[in-house]
Amino acid sequence: MKKLSARRRHPLAAIVVLLIALAATGGLYAVFAPAEKAQADDTAQSLAIEEGQKLYAVGCASCHGTGGQGTSDGPSLVGVGAASVDFQVGTGRMPAQQPGAQIPRKKVIYTQAQIDQLAAYVASLGAGPEIPTKEQYDPAGADSAAGGELFRTNCAQCHNFTGKGGALTKGKYAPTLEDVDPKHIYEAMQTGPQNMPSFPDTTLSEKNKKDIIAYLDAVNSDDTVSHGGMELGGFGPVAEGLFAWVFGLGALIAVAVWVAARTAKAKKS
Amino acid sequence: MSTTNTTAADPRSRGKAPAGERVADWADGRLGIYSLAKANMRKIFPDHWSFMLGEICMYSFIIIILTGVYLTLFFHPSMNEVEYHGVYEPLQGQLMSEAFKSTLDISFEVRGGLLIRQIHHWAALIFLAGMFVHMMRVFFTGAFRKPREINWLFGFLLFALGMFTGFTGYSLPDDLLSGTGVRFTQGAILSVPIVGTYISMFLFGGEFPGDDFVARFYSIHILLLPGIMLGLMVAHLILVFYHKHTQYAGPGKTNNNVVGMPLLPVYMAKAGGFFFLVFGVIAAIAAIATINPIWALGPYRPDQVSTNAQPDWYMGFAEGLVRAMPGWEINFWGHTLVLGVFIPLVLFGLVLAIIALYPFIESWITGDKREHHILDRPRNAPTRTAFGVAWVSWYMVGLIGGGNDLIATHFHMSINAVTWFVRIGFFAVPVVAFVITKRICLGLQRRDREKVLHGRETGIIKRLPHGEFIEVHEPLSQEQLYTLTAHEQYRPAEIGPATDENGVERKVSPVEKLRVKLSKRYYGEDSQIAKPTVEEYKEITSGHGHH
Repeated sequence: MKKLSARRRHPLAAIVVLLIALAATGGLYAVFAPAEKAQADDTAQSLAIEEGQKLYAVGCASCHGTGGQGTSDGPSLVGVGAASVDFQVGTGRMPAQQPGAQIPRKKVIYTQAQIDQLAAYVASLGAGPEIPTKEQYDPAGADSAAGGELFRTNCAQCHNFTGKGGALTKGKYAPTLEDVDPKHIYEAMQTGPQNMPSFPDTTLSEKNKKDIIAYLDAVNSDDTVSHGGMELGGFGPVAEGLFAWVFGLGALIAVAVWVAARTAKAKKS
Repeated sequence: MSTTNTTAADPRSRGKAPAGERVADWADGRLGIYSLAKANMRKIFPDHWSFMLGEICMYSFIIIILTGVYLTLFFHPSMNEVEYHGVYEPLQGQLMSEAFKSTLDISFEVRGGLLIRQIHHWAALIFLAGMFVHMMRVFFTGAFRKPREINWLFGFLLFALGMFTGFTGYSLPDDLLSGTGVRFTQGAILSVPIVGTYISMFLFGGEFPGDDFVARFYSIHILLLPGIMLGLMVAHLILVFYHKHTQYAGPGKTNNNVVGMPLLPVYMAKAGGFFFLVFGVIAAIAAIATINPIWALGPYRPDQVSTNAQPDWYMGFAEGLVRAMPGWEINFWGHTLVLGVFIPLVLFGLVLAIIALYPFIESWITGDKREHHILDRPRNAPTRTAFGVAWVSWYMVGLIGGGNDLIATHFHMSINAVTWFVRIGFFAVPVVAFVITKRICLGLQRRDREKVLHGRETGIIKRLPHGEFIEVHEPLSQEQLYTLTAHEQYRPAEIGPATDENGVERKVSPVEKLRVKLSKRYYGEDSQIAKPTVEEYKEITSGHGHH
């Protein structure tokens, strides 16, 4: 012990003691800490929930409450599911800019990774619809004609014949479905966002939903061919009547003025 | 006639007449058209663009008939259910009526079918719009006055029948949009007390939709209504020929002459050319913009409906009345009176009837039995003009109601707010329009009076030797003076003395009292500005009145 006591006052002694103490605590912790091995698969998930909760606290909690329980400014998110979050945030509707009759679609401000984290957090609050997989919403191979029939039966009364959108009461509206991501259409049917009723798999099966997506893809997407020329918004007779008056009759009256102004040479004018 | 006769006395002995002359001679010998042509070929028509509005209607009607004949060759007016296996993918295997399927085939498989269909439909919208504008031109210039009241009614009937011909045509393809329109109409028929249910059962051959209505609407659309319209149009034109065309006031134009160009060759060339221009414009529009894309709408099924379900514009007014009307109904003794639909139905007829009967109302108020061939400038008939603008604004309020959903979505408003605007506007807008229009007319009359008395403002400022600045007014030419003062002004009617020459109290019927009251509103001091008299003009222009 002489050796030890002789070096007791060495300038590095404190550091050595500290290192020994740290190693001991670390070692003891490693031995006695609760085992984490059993939950190793969920690390990513719990991380996502954790990250999602942080994002939630910044972007959502002011209206939906700190624990997703809802406030007077926003509904409870318990049980709405990941699909709801993916739809609402993925289409830019949430976070809302201002309260109103309906929250409009706008620029998406979160990345898909952040949206997934938010969705994971909200899904952890209570069971709800999952985000669909690509096989579920991919329109390839689906029957667009059957989808058209389903669309006219279930959707057209608000969204118009080919999904151009329409008015609802008191400033609410059914938005246009032009260029909406098939995943979001699927999620909207599944979750019934805002003023829309939901169509769970018991009402519209997965195949039905796919058919509807295929129909919209055929009649209301960038690749849709309008067989008769400009479709004037696809709103039907109101747009057509306006066009007939302004451009049809307007052009004909212009022609009439032109013809009337040109007359036989005998008359000077 | 034979040309072998070679006697010297015969002028034809100089040789064979030109081929054209021989053809004309041949035709005249059998049809006697020479005297008819001689009398009418030099018929004079005045030149003004607004007189060509009726031509737009006539030509678009002809275009509708021509394209319609082509469509009948391929359309099957049948409600038999068939399964679709044509070229349009998103309807493969769907059940639909033969009418719908044949319209799809016309659109996708008949050569030129879609273009012809679109020309037919666009021409129909333009035909009705043209008739509306033509009718308003006649209204605002007072061309409906004696002797043209009957022709006004013919024109109005053409407009009203055009609405129903259009409606029946719109219903034929049996698509989801038109089927909804037919259902709407059936609802309106059902709302008629007592007879409504019977009419509906009769029209549809049983419960809606049944399997008869396409075939029935077809024969109404292609035979009955166009036949009547064609007859009316010919009568309309014969009367235009017979009455001769009206003209705007101006030097050399009187109530007893027509100043313009002869039918042949000038007007014939212009009118013929105009036909092709109208056809060209309509065909271009049909090639550019699609109309009624029934493949996107899908086949009609009574259990389906879409938003944006509106009729074509000429029925939009009726649609608007129903949309704006509160859903009132009365139930008694197991019967339902659906006022929410029946009142709009009555109003629809009423609004149209008011404009149709206006010429008779005005001639009753003025008591004027003379013929009028010189048109009024709208400002010189302020009350009539204000009435017309009020009527048009009334109609427009109804149209806004018919498109309330699209107005709500496109202007980011609440559909409820739009509907309330229509409800209040239906009563308020015509009144406001009337007052404002009348003010504007009176203002324009004052301006005309100023121009006649003081000349045109040249915008040239002149400084007089003593320092005063004046604006130089340029006197109007004799022609301009005539044009601005050619109109005559009615005096308001008087009720006459309260007693007759024997001191006995005169009996004045309440109808007469009303007439006098209305006449005062029409022609009283507040309703027209006295046009300058010759004395006023002389006094001002004699030198000392200048300022």
